Amino acid sequence: MLDINKLNVSIEDSKILNDLNLSVKTGEVHAIMGPNGSGKSTIAHTLAGNPNYQVESGSIKFNEKNLLDMEPTERSLDGLFLAFQYPVEIPGVTNSSYLRQILNSHLKHQGKDPIDAAAFLKLLKEKSELLKIPMEMHSRFVNTGFSGGEKKKNEVLQMKLLEPKLIIMDETDSGLDVDALKITADAVNEMKSSNRSLIIVTHYLRLLEYIEPDYVHIFQNGQIIESGDSSLASRIDKEGYE
Amino acid sequence: MNKVSKDNFKQDSYKYGFVTDIESETIPRGLNEDIVRIISNKKNEPKWMLEWRLKAFHRLKSMKIPKWAKVEFEDIDLQSLYYYSSPKGHSEKPKSLDEVDPKLLETYNKLGIPLTEQKMLAGVAVDAVFDSVSVATTFKEKLNELGVIFCPISEAIKNHPELVKKYIGSVIPVTDHFYATLNSAVFTDGSFVYIPKGVKCPMELSTYFRINASETGQFERTLIIADEGSYVSYLEGCTAPMRDENQLHAANVELIALDNAEIKYSTVQNWYPGDENGKGGIYNFVTKRGLCKGKNSKISWTQIETGSAITWKYPSCILRGDNSIGEFYSVAITNNYQQADTGTKMIHLGKNTKSKIISKGISAGKSTNTYRGLVSFHPKAENSTNFTQCDSLLVGEMSKANTIPYTENGNNSSSINHEATTSKISEEQLFYCLQRGLNEEEAQSLIVNGFCKEVLQKLPMEFAVEAQKLVSISLEGSVG
Repeated sequence: MLDINKLNVSIEDSKILNDLNLSVKTGEVHAIMGPNGSGKSTIAHTLAGNPNYQVESGSIKFNEKNLLDMEPTERSLDGLFLAFQYPVEIPGVTNSSYLRQILNSHLKHQGKDPIDAAAFLKLLKEKSELLKIPMEMHSRFVNTGFSGGEKKKNEVLQMKLLEPKLIIMDETDSGLDVDALKITADAVNEMKSSNRSLIIVTHYLRLLEYIEPDYVHIFQNGQIIESGDSSLASRIDKEGYE
Repeated sequence: MNKVSKDNFKQDSYKYGFVTDIESETIPRGLNEDIVRIISNKKNEPKWMLEWRLKAFHRLKSMKIPKWAKVEFEDIDLQSLYYYSSPKGHSEKPKSLDEVDPKLLETYNKLGIPLTEQKMLAGVAVDAVFDSVSVATTFKEKLNELGVIFCPISEAIKNHPELVKKYIGSVIPVTDHFYATLNSAVFTDGSFVYIPKGVKCPMELSTYFRINASETGQFERTLIIADEGSYVSYLEGCTAPMRDENQLHAANVELIALDNAEIKYSTVQNWYPGDENGKGGIYNFVTKRGLCKGKNSKISWTQIETGSAITWKYPSCILRGDNSIGEFYSVAITNNYQQADTGTKMIHLGKNTKSKIISKGISAGKSTNTYRGLVSFHPKAENSTNFTQCDSLLVGEMSKANTIPYTENGNNSSSINHEATTSKISEEQLFYCLQRGLNEEEAQSLIVNGFCKEVLQKLPMEFAVEAQKLVSISLEGSVG
């Protein structure tokens, strides 16, 4: 699914990722843990193609394609989804019309007909119920004035609508209270499948207590310094990163 | 996305840029007393109208072209223009559609404004003005049954002189300013609307202005009167062919709302904006003013300004009646080398008058977009309020936005609440949308439409969707 090879990335001339290697197979769940400033989010944004992150060298293969040659839009349409740590507000655009538009954009790419308003409403209701999102939220503007929890749930909702192949979750647990964390984790767990991979970027153990990863990578100074199974996450939680 | 905007404005994105190949009748070039007389004669006007025009013409000789707007252009040589052009055989308005040149009907079909019975937009009555004449007006008879008068102003001058005489120039005096006075001397066509007492006009009324002839100025004159307790919603649209020359459209629009009457006036202005190097395009120098003459009356302007090389207009409200309300909702989009200096004036004269201004300016390419507005409370306008919100959005690195609000408060019981913001389309917003599978143009269009939402939703429903598309098209080529 994903093969990162000797990746070097910088932001505004300061180097963040150093010769990073990471391989994620189809169906696997990987967690990337690390202290603040270790470059965890940089991996997430580089994978999604954020132009503020400059790839200096290295390569990324995504389902046999060279990811670095692909525009952000193309990456999304090919099934790469980034759940943002700070979801962006789009004033004046209702959440429902936005959600329908992004879904239709994916359907079009798949050569399918756009979803009509009634079918979309039904789908939206169904997915929203799983996340305990009130339908009222969809008549508000995208993320505008949403609480931290609402924003994160809205990210997971988009994930569920678009059904991506590779999901990257950037600190999705931050800003969620215990109940919301549980609901969100359940929704993510439901998406686990043999043909979908997940990369969970997080500072804490809490989300990983609900979504058990196959692999845990400890990140420091732009490199993976240790990898292991889920027990590594518990150890870090007890002992800290130092 | 960090890149500077490209200026590859696609010419094919202005789909109204065609020329109708039709023979036209013109009069000699230039501006002089004879020209004023010829225009009046072409229109078979009564003597009082000619005298009114001549008064304006003589006044014009001592007036100067205003230069205070933040727009740059070379002086227009008024002597080189044609002031009248009509499709051959149409200087007298055709009595029925059968007499209209098929080329004209085809033109309006292409513009999306079918005039024939079978295809007419349901619920919308259209007056079609082509260069200097109205070529057709739909649903006239149906409206007549309610006493609603909807006709070209040249017809109203002949058929309803008492109304025209009473109101023309009553809101925009003949002596107002250079372009308004010029219009008073040489105006050719536009629409006339009268809504009788207590009538809620059941249809949208609209006028579609088309410039076709080259080197010709269009001098629109529109007059709308809403009698006591009546209501009307009116919309105008405008397009012109793509040409290298600049063409002048100088309009005067006057609205009068009597006691408890309401006029909602919407504009979708899509004149040819010029090419990507700033060559050609319409100079849109327009005077629009509404008088809330009666108590509890209301006038609301909504404008979507996407076209023209230069837009220079300030649809205004004079709130004379006690408790009257004035509103101005505007979206002005400039791209490439377009210049817009637009806004409003809210003149509060009566007690307890209210006004609201929502302006959204979007500048892309190398364009300049200025909001200019005046809110004035006169000493007698006690307990009056204004709310103003001016938001500017910059697309790319080379466009400019200005906000110039003027206020005058002549009493101490009135209040003005002004908010202004300037922002750029944020890279975060764009990237977020791209990450969800939208392309750059779709993302930009989504964000900009969101920015304009408050104004777009004020448009009559029949036109709201079109306007949204227009907003997107106007910005084509501005993402890097």
